[in-house]
Amino acid sequence: MEAYVGYFLYFLSLLTVGGIYAIFALGLNVQWGFAGLFNVGIVGFAAVGAYTYALLTTAGSTFHLGGFGLPLPFGMFMGMALSGVIAGLIGLICIRLRSDYLAIATIGIAEIIKLILKNETDITNGPRGINKIPRAWEHFSETRFYTDWPMSWFGTPENWEAFFDSLPNWYWQPLFAATIILSMYVIYRMLERARTSPWGRMMTAIRENEPAARAAGKDVTRRRIEAFVIGASIMGLAGALFAQHLRLIEPTNTFDPSKVTFLVWVMLITGGSGNNRGAILGAFLIWTIWSASELVISGGIELVENIFSTLDPSILQTRAGFLRMMLIGILMQVILQRYPGGILPEVRPASPKAENDTREPTGETK
Amino acid sequence: MWEFVNYYFIPGLVLGCIYALGAIGITLTFGILRFANFAHGEIMMSGSYLTWTVMAIAAGAGLTLHPLVAMVPAAVMVILLFLATDRYFYKPFRKEDTIKVVMASFGMMLIIRSAVQVIWGPNQITFVRGIAKPNATLSEITANWGLQIMMPNKHLFIFAGTIVLVIALGYLLNRTRIGKAMRAVSDSPDLAHVTGIDVDKVIRATWIVGGICATAAGVFLVMDTQMLETTMGFRMLLPMFAAAILGGIGKPYGAVFGGLVIGLAEELSAYPWIGTAPLLSPGYKTGVAFAIMVVMLIVRPQGLFKGRSF
Repeated sequence: MEAYVGYFLYFLSLLTVGGIYAIFALGLNVQWGFAGLFNVGIVGFAAVGAYTYALLTTAGSTFHLGGFGLPLPFGMFMGMALSGVIAGLIGLICIRLRSDYLAIATIGIAEIIKLILKNETDITNGPRGINKIPRAWEHFSETRFYTDWPMSWFGTPENWEAFFDSLPNWYWQPLFAATIILSMYVIYRMLERARTSPWGRMMTAIRENEPAARAAGKDVTRRRIEAFVIGASIMGLAGALFAQHLRLIEPTNTFDPSKVTFLVWVMLITGGSGNNRGAILGAFLIWTIWSASELVISGGIELVENIFSTLDPSILQTRAGFLRMMLIGILMQVILQRYPGGILPEVRPASPKAENDTREPTGETK
Repeated sequence: MWEFVNYYFIPGLVLGCIYALGAIGITLTFGILRFANFAHGEIMMSGSYLTWTVMAIAAGAGLTLHPLVAMVPAAVMVILLFLATDRYFYKPFRKEDTIKVVMASFGMMLIIRSAVQVIWGPNQITFVRGIAKPNATLSEITANWGLQIMMPNKHLFIFAGTIVLVIALGYLLNRTRIGKAMRAVSDSPDLAHVTGIDVDKVIRATWIVGGICATAAGVFLVMDTQMLETTMGFRMLLPMFAAAILGGIGKPYGAVFGGLVIGLAEELSAYPWIGTAPLLSPGYKTGVAFAIMVVMLIVRPQGLFKGRSF
């Protein structure tokens, strides 16, 4: 029984992190898949979302600014909003230039955000990071939540304490995973709706043939900024969820560009850019490969250790992670060259009007 | 004044030389192959690792090599690496949208960095500990003029190396056939193709020139900071892009000028211009390059020297 709980929890954590990456991939899909905007600063938007959420929702602390103890959904919303505002500013400056410049600007802004997080120690606690970030569902068992409203309306602190003691200590994990999958699903439905709407079809037109779209009177720059901002706020939300999952964030290792930006890119390209289902599939697939390869590599290291007992295993252990990164990089190059469409290639949304026309050739208008 | 020159102006120039050499490669690839090469910084970094490996092998054989000598075989390896990357990862996309190549170069950036981390390990490698002594002759002569300049030998080598490379580059671009062809392709690839210029040959020449400059930049950087780091390529990337954009894409002299300006601006931003505190906290040095780049993108995207603007 105990072993099954262990497997169940492993599966749940796979689902949780996979879901967070899927939200990142959906955000990138709006920018790259819909609008063709090359953003390599995903990690910056993730950090903005995560830090905003962390500063607004943690309990008061002497190490960083505030710890305002605000409600969790408000923190997540502000993370989204701030991330969107920053994206809007970058968009206003760079979006009319060629995509290469946008790439350089986004990688730059990601570095600047990290510089600010590292140097403004009064606000962010610098390289030591922010600790004890409340995680949705688990936070109910924290004293400061069950002694305060609205939970205090339903029971005395003693009752709540007894209630949480009676639950297994992983009670929040299925609920947290379900919350993430649900938010992913809601975003997916909204983006599917956006994709088939006139807005989505206009985005495709702008991406495929900008001069034609411009000639047809579409406000290309504005639409591109819109897509960039929407994508970035989705990334901000994913960043806030990432902060909840980790509970401790700091600027350097948590927000390593190669682990966030690059992995999300590989996920989107593998799944199929332009296809929302592809983005989700790619995220779960690559994340499963990524975490399974950890087990395979550590097994491989044990094997090598047993064969060559003279080798120092610590060197192998520190370097195996980089080998994994390299293999993922090569995988991305192979997919780019051999299967540019990804697993689920993009399906163009046909105009609903045209569909009606083929079904009813009599030409009856509704 | 004495403090300003020795602690701010000269380090700024040194950093500027390093950025300038790196930016030459970026601006040439951007101008001739028409894509922003994100892997350039990592190639620079691998060049310096290769140089120190050559030195270590030579030291094992009882031979003490100066980095500037060990740089030559390393540069050859870097050029081969550049050509192999181009052949297997960039060339398949040459007829397609350039953003595909940018994506491929972004992937290469991580592949090369991880490869270096796998081979040499992720930790910093320090060579010479302590502070380098200033060149005695130079400080003696300049002390008689009233302004004592204290420059370690490593900085003299960096200046000399940069000047030699830039002059050689000028000769190549203005006096030789291949250099003129490179400038022609940079100005107008279609026209260059029609006049019978072998574009493939020009592309190879671009990688060779970029490889030599990138290795030199990487080695100079390590000579200056006295340690090898796997993140230094990524750290250099943004200032180099800023230098290339400041000078105008496709203009090698613009890149040299841009590199010097960015290097000086980064160092001088920490000078106490007002009061006694540094104008900008040294932690934000990298931000200066980015700020200059953003201002250029708003005000004058074609750069100071009328480069290409896409």
